[in-house]
Amino acid sequence: MSIESVSSLDPAVDAAAPEAPSLPDQRGHFGQFGGRFVSETLMAPLAELTDAYEQATADPAFWAEMEADRRDYVGRPSPIYHAQRLSAEIGGAQILLKREDLNHTGAHKINNTIGQALLAKRMGKTRIIAETGAGQHGVASATVAARLGLKCVVYMGAVDVQRQAINVFRMKLLGAEVVPVSSGSKTLKDALNEAMRDWVANVDDTFYIIGTVAGPHPYPKLVRDFNAIVGREAKAQMSERYGKLPDALVACVGGGSNAIGLFHPFIGDREVAIYGVEAAGKGLSSGRHAASLCAGKPGVLHGNRTYLLTNADGQVTETHSISAGLDYPGVGPEHAWLHETGRAKYVGVTDDEALAAFHKLSRCEGIIPALESAHAVAYGMQLAKTMRPDQQVLVNLSGRGDKDVHTVATLEGIEL
Amino acid sequence: MSNRIDSRLAELGGQGRCALIAFITAGDPAPELTVAAMHALVAAGADIIELGMPFSDPMADGPVIQRSSERALAKGMTLRKTLDALAEFRRSDSRTPVVLMGYLNPIEYMGMDAFAERASAAGADGVLLVDCPVEEIDTCGETLSGHGLRQIFLLSPTTSAQRTEQICAQGQGFLYYVSLKGITGAGSLATDEVAASLRALRARTRVPVAVGFGIKTAEQAAALANAADAVVIGSALVEQLAEASSAEQLAAMAGEVLAPLRRALDDVRDSRAA
Repeated sequence: MSIESVSSLDPAVDAAAPEAPSLPDQRGHFGQFGGRFVSETLMAPLAELTDAYEQATADPAFWAEMEADRRDYVGRPSPIYHAQRLSAEIGGAQILLKREDLNHTGAHKINNTIGQALLAKRMGKTRIIAETGAGQHGVASATVAARLGLKCVVYMGAVDVQRQAINVFRMKLLGAEVVPVSSGSKTLKDALNEAMRDWVANVDDTFYIIGTVAGPHPYPKLVRDFNAIVGREAKAQMSERYGKLPDALVACVGGGSNAIGLFHPFIGDREVAIYGVEAAGKGLSSGRHAASLCAGKPGVLHGNRTYLLTNADGQVTETHSISAGLDYPGVGPEHAWLHETGRAKYVGVTDDEALAAFHKLSRCEGIIPALESAHAVAYGMQLAKTMRPDQQVLVNLSGRGDKDVHTVATLEGIEL
Repeated sequence: MSNRIDSRLAELGGQGRCALIAFITAGDPAPELTVAAMHALVAAGADIIELGMPFSDPMADGPVIQRSSERALAKGMTLRKTLDALAEFRRSDSRTPVVLMGYLNPIEYMGMDAFAERASAAGADGVLLVDCPVEEIDTCGETLSGHGLRQIFLLSPTTSAQRTEQICAQGQGFLYYVSLKGITGAGSLATDEVAASLRALRARTRVPVAVGFGIKTAEQAAALANAADAVVIGSALVEQLAEASSAEQLAAMAGEVLAPLRRALDDVRDSRAA
């Protein structure tokens, strides 16, 4: 791809498109959400990161390097696949899958880590830290760190280290150090706290690669911009193949990086309905879920104002989902804003529904989805049923399910 | 509006003394011991109490204070009970300034207005919101000062000159200088460097300057006493008090930790006077 066409992938160009939202504002706010709620010590490194990002995005060489990495290392563009057998069986709208599962390392997470690692390199940082829940972002961070020869430390809740032994080993194979976090609920949110603490103490040589569109400004913007390649590609692919945009977009939302990546370039396209799918776990009324938009309220966690799941005292509560990647008590501030403005609709899919979709897609299309993505597939099927066969639902298949086969086997009482 | 923080620091400053600020987490080691712990701190020589409002995700705190928050929450401590404990403390101590220190979320769930009103009624003098930098205070700043509460801001070694100016301009009560790049209770201090930064900061503001994060020993406190208006001791204290199971034990342990610091600070005063 030439430099000219590369520059058309630049988010700065995207932002100039008619109706495209110019959020966040200078201070990182999406309406009342977002912002920079961190202790004083982090204010300077966040400002430094913001400046470095602005400089990088204004530099065509940065995007050229990114584009080359996306093409040759990640394997982009990812195709859009028409799930014909599944669509026929559901009997409604056509279900299309954006195949982020085909990326190197098996999920959309690499879109972000490639970008942040290039930024780290530009800033002269020699050490990368990351938090991870299921381990996908940890693996994607360890991957880019290995490639660029940077030291990598991944914080992971002690409970998740147990649950995701294979990904822990993958990270170690890639040369990363995995630090189990045994504070709080010993899961993703605590890993994020711990990574922040590391960053505060080591800001001089360390770059913190946050794995989702949460955290303090500029992370929600930066992670979104790096993932927005998903939506931009999808838009171009749809126009080219079908001469129209899809009628609806569906993506799963934990922190929400794959979803915002798909949604963002379509926000100005009012004819496209947008659905974010949260993990309803054992059911929204059970209290055992991770659906912060469906069942939470606004608060402040991990450096930004957003929707949260807490108790009445404002203490962040433990969440539950069959999928570790959605098991997070907050959500990216841009999703909170899309929710509040009504531009996107957020719904819940239970563990059982996601598991059924996991099997359905495997048997019907020969694609084993990640349990996270299975939530989106489940809602995509429900939605398609209510639509006409000449309509299209584009589901973001954010990751592949290899990492989940042990979980699914265990749930079904099968010993591997 | 007169405020206990202002008058206490003015009084000590007039005597050439450096104030000792003692931090504990409300509800740790047990909710029913919080009031006794506060009295124990005063008896052991604390000039100002910083009362931590426990939070599930204390991002800026090191392991010692994280665990104290976890213990407090596990024993049922809440923001409401924290304010109740403060009100009870005030019944027998109307003089010691108390700063409430914590994270935004529990406060926002109570509602900033309700919090400011209840905290003020309970006898709080200041509020330090760890995760609310000057850029984000716009609404809550007025609410707090409207109830006579001083909003205490942090400054750190990484704070830019421009932001230092902004924070100094908005500072009330005292400015809290974070002595190291890191979390509470961490690392080792280069006291010479910290003292130099403190002197530079004090030259730029009329608000008293406290220093904390990582101060563990009397020697460190003494080395900073000439450069600061107040020294904060937190993790080292919390770690000790965690073992206490009665008011008597709290009193003994608070004395053990604070008495050497108190002596060190007063020796500096005496050497100044001499």
